[in-house]
Amino acid sequence: MSAPAPERPFDSATAAFLFGARTAATSVFMFVITVTYIGFGALCHDYGLTVFWAMLSTLLLWAGPAQVILVTALGSGSALIEGALAVGLSSVRLLPMVVALLPLVKRESTRAWQLLVPVHFMAVSVWVEAMRLAPGMTRERRIPFCNGIGTMLLTTGVVMTAVGYYLSAALPALFGAAAMFITPLSFLVSTARNSRLLVEKVAFGLGLVIAPLLAYERIQLDLLWTGVVGGSLAYGISRLRKVKT
Amino acid sequence: MSKLLFDPYVALVLVGFLPSEVWRWLGIAVGRGLDEKSEFIQWVRAVAIALVAGVVTRIVLFPPGALASVPLSVRLAALTCGFLAFYFIHRSPLAGVLVGEAVLVAGALALGG
Repeated sequence: MSAPAPERPFDSATAAFLFGARTAATSVFMFVITVTYIGFGALCHDYGLTVFWAMLSTLLLWAGPAQVILVTALGSGSALIEGALAVGLSSVRLLPMVVALLPLVKRESTRAWQLLVPVHFMAVSVWVEAMRLAPGMTRERRIPFCNGIGTMLLTTGVVMTAVGYYLSAALPALFGAAAMFITPLSFLVSTARNSRLLVEKVAFGLGLVIAPLLAYERIQLDLLWTGVVGGSLAYGISRLRKVKT
Repeated sequence: MSKLLFDPYVALVLVGFLPSEVWRWLGIAVGRGLDEKSEFIQWVRAVAIALVAGVVTRIVLFPPGALASVPLSVRLAALTCGFLAFYFIHRSPLAGVLVGEAVLVAGALALGG
């Protein structure tokens, strides 16, 4: 992870931003976001929400599973606090993702408020591409690069929400299921692709196994525990191997 | 047809935006002062990866709404085939996603119809 000469020396922040947008446009996530948000827009239509509400929800939440939970909670008329808890728990992943990415992209001079917009873009899609490509850039180009990825994918998400909303009646019955399935499927292959170190591979495998066990046992905060237990075990195992060799 | 108990826009902010966005804000508070080579960051990366992996099997085994109508065996087969396609076709995420989705749709049509 030590950075010798950067592979991509950009002349300007704009060049880095545009490269980010292009990276996003040609990545698998362009397809994934399109399918996900057509499905989400159609779901909002079925629940009787307005198209503006649906688009605003994509802009404000930018977290697929949380948005599905929110709409379902609204439709079922469940209590405000229950819905908020379910949404919050489903988005826990954003915390370690932001913590892991920030030291890679921020500069000494970066103020906290200047990070509010870049971290709002944070989603598995943006995270995966940023963690993969940002190390090859000079530090001052990394945040513009991340903003480029985020802007392209989030804009696509908002537009596709509207498309799905109006297409809702025309979509085949299976589309909703396929749209919900593309989230875990894309998380699986993109995270597997980014997991090269032993610690990453072990964390990945443990996470896959621990989460359903905890959910099956109806353990509270199952996803949070999956991260802490799986991540700590993986970290511990890789430390032990380093000490031995 | 929906029976909303509160204004949808108020709910969007209170039930949707704030509970989700708070993790990103907390991330700034925790991550801003850290060094990218610190041991803590190595641990956090492992936690993040385990958590994202956890979301995968959680959604596939305990699916929301429409996905629940697809049989469990089809969901698991589609996830496995997607991963194998990714692994054997130049580690291409697109190959994995396309094959996984194709198996899901084909399986659901075959078993559901």
